[in-house]
Amino acid sequence: MTRKRRRLWIVLACALGLGSASALMLMAFQDSLVFFLAPSQLAEKAPPAGRVFRLGGLVEQGSVHKETVAGKPLARFRVSDGAASVEVSYGGILPDLFREGQGVVTLGTLLPDGSFRASEVLAKHDETYMPKDVADALKAAGHWNPSAGPPPPARDWNTQSGAAAPGKPGG
Amino acid sequence: MTDYIPELGHFALALAVAIAGAQAVLGFVGASGRDGRMMAGAAGLALGQVIAVAVAFGALVWSSVVDDFSVQNVAEHSHSLKPLLYKVTGAWGNHEGSIVLWCLILAACGACVSGFGRGLPSALRSRVVGVLGLVSAGFLLFTLLTSNPLLRVWPPPDDGRDMNPLLQDPGLAFHPPLLYAGYVGFAVPFAFAVAALLEGRVDAAWGRWVRPWALGAWSLLTGGIALGSWWAYYELGWGGYWFWDPVENASLLPWLTGTALLHSAIVVEKRDALKTWTVLLAIATFSLSLCGTFLVRSGILNSVHSFASDPTRGVFILGLLVAVIGGSLVLFAWRAPALVPTGIFAPVSREGGLIVNNVLICSIAAVVFCGTLFPLFAELLFGAKISVGAPFFNQTVLPLAVPLLLAMPVGLLLPWKRASLGPALRQLWVVAVAAGLVGAAVGFGLKVVLPALGFVLAAWLVLGSLADIAGRVRLFRVPVGASLARLAGLPLSAWAAAVAHAGMGVLVAGVAGMGLAQDRIAAAAVGESVALAGYQWKLDSLADTRGSNFNERISQVTISRDGAVVAVLHPGRRTFTTQRMTTTEAAIHTTWMVDFYAVLGEERDGKAVLRLHYNPLAPWIWLGAMVMSFGGGLSLADRRLRVGAPSRRAAPAQGARA
Repeated sequence: MTRKRRRLWIVLACALGLGSASALMLMAFQDSLVFFLAPSQLAEKAPPAGRVFRLGGLVEQGSVHKETVAGKPLARFRVSDGAASVEVSYGGILPDLFREGQGVVTLGTLLPDGSFRASEVLAKHDETYMPKDVADALKAAGHWNPSAGPPPPARDWNTQSGAAAPGKPGG
Repeated sequence: MTDYIPELGHFALALAVAIAGAQAVLGFVGASGRDGRMMAGAAGLALGQVIAVAVAFGALVWSSVVDDFSVQNVAEHSHSLKPLLYKVTGAWGNHEGSIVLWCLILAACGACVSGFGRGLPSALRSRVVGVLGLVSAGFLLFTLLTSNPLLRVWPPPDDGRDMNPLLQDPGLAFHPPLLYAGYVGFAVPFAFAVAALLEGRVDAAWGRWVRPWALGAWSLLTGGIALGSWWAYYELGWGGYWFWDPVENASLLPWLTGTALLHSAIVVEKRDALKTWTVLLAIATFSLSLCGTFLVRSGILNSVHSFASDPTRGVFILGLLVAVIGGSLVLFAWRAPALVPTGIFAPVSREGGLIVNNVLICSIAAVVFCGTLFPLFAELLFGAKISVGAPFFNQTVLPLAVPLLLAMPVGLLLPWKRASLGPALRQLWVVAVAAGLVGAAVGFGLKVVLPALGFVLAAWLVLGSLADIAGRVRLFRVPVGASLARLAGLPLSAWAAAVAHAGMGVLVAGVAGMGLAQDRIAAAAVGESVALAGYQWKLDSLADTRGSNFNERISQVTISRDGAVVAVLHPGRRTFTTQRMTTTEAAIHTTWMVDFYAVLGEERDGKAVLRLHYNPLAPWIWLGAMVMSFGGGLSLADRRLRVGAPSRRAAPAQGARA
């Protein structure tokens, strides 16, 4: 076996490995990328039912209802980015840091009635922490100017209460 | 006097930067000018550096232990009521402290090379010490300028803000040091690679020096990742062991390339081939370790593990990463053509098998790398918020991992240089039949497909390793006594390979077992029972207790089968008063064959929400990782590795290798 032949074999092996790796990736990218949407984006253009995506925003004040359906816990709450809000249902244990007025990211699909069925609810492990995606969504909706300080509490800008855009102390 | 200990540490840290810089200059200049005094100086400075960093680190731990809240880092991350263990370990439970620990380990590696490397050619050793000094200087400077843990705060607060309760756990106390030792250990193969590029020479002696370091780092990293996964399993209370979270992927990447590195270093050592590739792997592994530590810690990759981010830190870190990674890659592009391969081998041979291993492992690493970084690029380039989750990694990693696992026992049996598959496969047909039977038993017994295939692979790996040992001692082909004599004479490295590969099999069995896991969420009143996996899980009681810095709501769950009690669990929820944070304390009872796992959720309408998991073979995952790590350690203990490369003796003819 000459050096050239051996190099050819090695190059072939590498091409095969990288080729199959890229093919696998392209295939997986087609159906397992998970997009992040804020409630107002969802209101504009909703993904087809059954498509898994992440929905993030703040949990609206006073919107959390916990009930037990057929021996299983079920939580209902609304997730809002100030411009729009979506009804979310979740049949599991809410994370320790899940609170009204705080940022939350949920993973799940849209139900036919337009509400969101979450299979996972993530609240970050830090009570002052705002998930980055949620912070960006709030900024995009014009409800939070980060230079003015921490995000306003949800009750101040909640669209459900008909309040105007939040005060931005110091602009 | 003790009031000034933080300042002493601060001074030592600044001193360490200077020492590391001098170490780099003396190392490089001394090696290129063949100046013995300068080279000896560099080696001495490496020892000085580790002492200076150790003083800084010691000062930080001391401040934390004596509750000196005038030190900003202690005020932000400690509390007077915190248990002593966590006051000590809390020193590295935050960004600043963890980076000092990182630098300490790096300095210790440099000191080890200069202390134990007397058998090395002096110029090579000097360059290696120089490279380590340069890397050290960069990161110590980063610590001093942007992440100094020893800064004072005025006025000092009455008490600290306490540590994140999730981190107050014995498992996590030792997870970062192990993981960091693994990450940083790869700095030594990296330094050897850069030194070899500077010298334009890689030989078998080089391979023999790089391999123990790669092995040691790999074993520690394996242990560190396993410990982290175990911590996530019992502390986060999600019932899973691997979530494809960016930080997990960031630790998996150097592990993958490190695994490839320690295999390709064998080829360099034994056959003097694959040199350029090994050098590239050494560079890639340390680069990925750096990315793993710093991209995650600086919050560039969004993760549960990221500490508070700070833009100046991010820019400094990116600059350092570009300098280290970019610099070494440019050097590689420039100098690598000088590394001429000499060993020649056929495609079907031990070398060929190791190339297959490298190609597959690196393909897996490439897939994980793209999946981990894609969201970052998608956001920068298209402004799209995308996350890549477990489905992506399962779809891409599994098809590449299966051929790798299938090839592992075959590779062990192939001889060097030229081989044919026939004899190796003939040795393995019994194993194949046995593995098939195991799979069939599981598949038909439990009516499952994927886990059954997992068990086939697991049995194939474990039995394949046994077949390797059996083949080496010529079991049943020579009298049993002769086989035993051969068994005693087997080199440790043969045992090490078999043990590490079998450990992978145990891990695969654990993963396959978790494929059979069942879970259930239910609301239960006290005295009520829930059925899961053929067991009755009865909620006996709910009560309140107090710990040193938390209040706990604790429950008692009795698990029974047909009236016989199997286990009693006490899942709870802790509320930490200082940080106003609640954590879930999952309760686990393990029989080693199965884990009973219970989590207590919130209470409503007089009922408590319980999440119950039945996890078959779950402990095998970490057991398998520990066995792999132990295998790496065995290989390190092999005398042939410890004996310096140049001292080649006329070895007496011995039939160690069948």
